[in-house]
Amino acid sequence: MSSTLEAIDVVKEYPVRSGLFRRRTGTVHALSGVSLEVPKGKTLGIVGESGCGKSTLGRSIVRLHDIDSGSIRLDGESVESASGQDLRSLRRRVQMVFQDPYASLNPRLTIGSALIEALEIHGLAAGRRSERAQELLEMVGLRPEFVQRYPHEFSGGQRQRIGIARALAVEPEVIVLDEPVSALDVSVQAGVLNQLKELQDLLGLTYVFIAHDLSVVRYLSDEVAVMYLGRIVETAPTGRLFAAPEHPYTKALLSAVPIPDPIVERSRERITLSGDVPSPLNPPSGCRFRTRCWKATERCATEIPLLRTMADGTRAACHHPESETQSPTDPTDSQRTEAGAQ
Amino acid sequence: MRAQSVAATTKTTRSFVGQWTLFRRRFLRHRLAVSGLVVLAMLVIACFGAPWIAPFQENHQDLITGSTGPSPVHWLGTDELGRDFLSQLLYAGRISMSVGLGVGVLSTIVGVLLGSLAGYFGGWVDELIMRLVDLFLVVPPIAILALLLQGFGSSSATIVLALSALGWTVIARVARSQVLSLREKEFVDAAIVLGASPLRVIVRHMIPNLAGVIAVNVSLAVAAAIITESTLSFLGFGVQPPDSSWGNMLSQAAGLLGTPQVHLLLYPGLLILITVLSVNFIGDGLRDALDPQTKR
Ligand SMILES: Nc1ncnc2c1ncn2[C@@H]1O[C@H](COP(=O)(O)OP(=O)(O)OP(=O)(O)O)[C@@H](O)[C@H]1O
Ligand code: SF4
Ligand SMILES: [Mg+2]
Repeated sequence: MSSTLEAIDVVKEYPVRSGLFRRRTGTVHALSGVSLEVPKGKTLGIVGESGCGKSTLGRSIVRLHDIDSGSIRLDGESVESASGQDLRSLRRRVQMVFQDPYASLNPRLTIGSALIEALEIHGLAAGRRSERAQELLEMVGLRPEFVQRYPHEFSGGQRQRIGIARALAVEPEVIVLDEPVSALDVSVQAGVLNQLKELQDLLGLTYVFIAHDLSVVRYLSDEVAVMYLGRIVETAPTGRLFAAPEHPYTKALLSAVPIPDPIVERSRERITLSGDVPSPLNPPSGCRFRTRCWKATERCATEIPLLRTMADGTRAACHHPESETQSPTDPTDSQRTEAGAQ
Repeated sequence: MRAQSVAATTKTTRSFVGQWTLFRRRFLRHRLAVSGLVVLAMLVIACFGAPWIAPFQENHQDLITGSTGPSPVHWLGTDELGRDFLSQLLYAGRISMSVGLGVGVLSTIVGVLLGSLAGYFGGWVDELIMRLVDLFLVVPPIAILALLLQGFGSSSATIVLALSALGWTVIARVARSQVLSLREKEFVDAAIVLGASPLRVIVRHMIPNLAGVIAVNVSLAVAAAIITESTLSFLGFGVQPPDSSWGNMLSQAAGLLGTPQVHLLLYPGLLILITVLSVNFIGDGLRDALDPQTKR
């Protein structure tokens, strides 16, 4: 299948400076060789704990910052160093929806002005921009007369829809959704997710859907990538990932997702990870998850596990994936607690 | 309600006009700002129209009278040279007004623009502009004034330039720090991802959010410029007698403290105060009108 969006070995590091002369005293390893592929019209979900580099990845894709090495491709064409006219046309093809509905709209602009600005920048819908702005609002399930209002007159869910309308204004192919519902009430999350799904079906959009919560990602994603400390540790088709996780970290994350069936919920095992996520300033050698992994061996400390293709389209970066290590190391481990604790 | 919203839909054919109309409507609802605007407009007309409006010609001396109190002919009396004080005030206002408003506007535009550029681009642009700010802060003001006013001669235009050169650094620093924090806002990222040019981001998304500090700065700058202008004439750089400004009328009248002519101190002071207050109210009104969340 021809893939719309690819990232190849993307590296992004932030220098840490301190002292009087702002000398470089350290490096935040935000992305350390991230590769992914999202086929046209599909959704890749990206999950991981806070600080693992999800936003950095999203912002790299939309070119809010440059990457240090690696490549980002749209239909096979490198765009990571596009500038001038190329960057302008890239801006039309790739859009972003932001996490914070209260910070992502300029409080001083009416909704209409914000939408019209997007059209203006790319010379779209000349002569009928107000009508187009109203159409865009209708597309995201809002009333067209909202063009006259200001952001503060709307709820979080409505604002997020306005953010989606603004991204749609330039008729993009790819939209990076950076935790688009995590700031919203649970009661309105579903509505926004449904809207995103409908728009994708209608317009054939390709989504990169970032979330820190697996249950949110599940609904929309065709494939899910799990990140830990600047690396992808596992990617798999959504159903497969939920049914048979290969990487211990994925398994731990999944065990925290509530299951609607109370009987299953009560009897299943829970994995509580001990310790904190290590600092991205000084990530562990070898496998970055090893400081919290109950299966870690000596090899894990010395050799970086690469993503390997396994059964049913799963790729996992682990020296001892689930399917290759049955029972022996499994349930009796001290870092696991039995079901029941909350 | 339903019928109204249909009407609203058809009415919003141009949203930019809509935004402007909303802005104007909010400004006009600000009573103090509107009164400030009216008063300032009247003062401007009276001062710049002085040749037609003032009861006497500029520097016309009533040689017989000398200094007198208010009378039907000279409403505010005459000064020690026998000049009609009301006429003098109006003529003097031309200089004070142009200097005050000119410096207020020029120093704010230059300061906001350079400060925003520094904050937005960072790196060497920031470095360059901030070194320039430091330079203006380190060099003694008197040197800048001497250079500009001795070099190019003293006129309203050069006085405005000289005082703006002294004043722009303050607002530049404020604008820079505000832009630095706006730079982190997601709506700025959104504009960049949409393809907005840096100029568009600064002018359309950042500067309207600086309205508050800009409004405060303009009124402070106007007041400071009118007052400083009088210091300039005292130092021999500014307007020289017989030409006058409110500032030097004020400093001349300072010698009259304790004499019957002490009221001559009152008028120029009052006019400076009224000008500054008007500008201040207009600034408040603009700031509130730019902020859609103002409850009015
Ligand atoms: N501009 C920056 N300068 C320095 N460090 C940064 C910068 N932006 C992000 N980081 C660091 O890079 C790492 C990855 O951050 P990122 O925002 O991508 O995480 P995230 O997965 O999106 O987290 P969250 O779920 O909290 O949004 C973090 O350690 C963060 O502190
Ligand atoms: S590589 Fe080793 S430490 Fe890393 S997840 Fe696999 S078993 Fe655990
Ligand atoms: Mg984030």
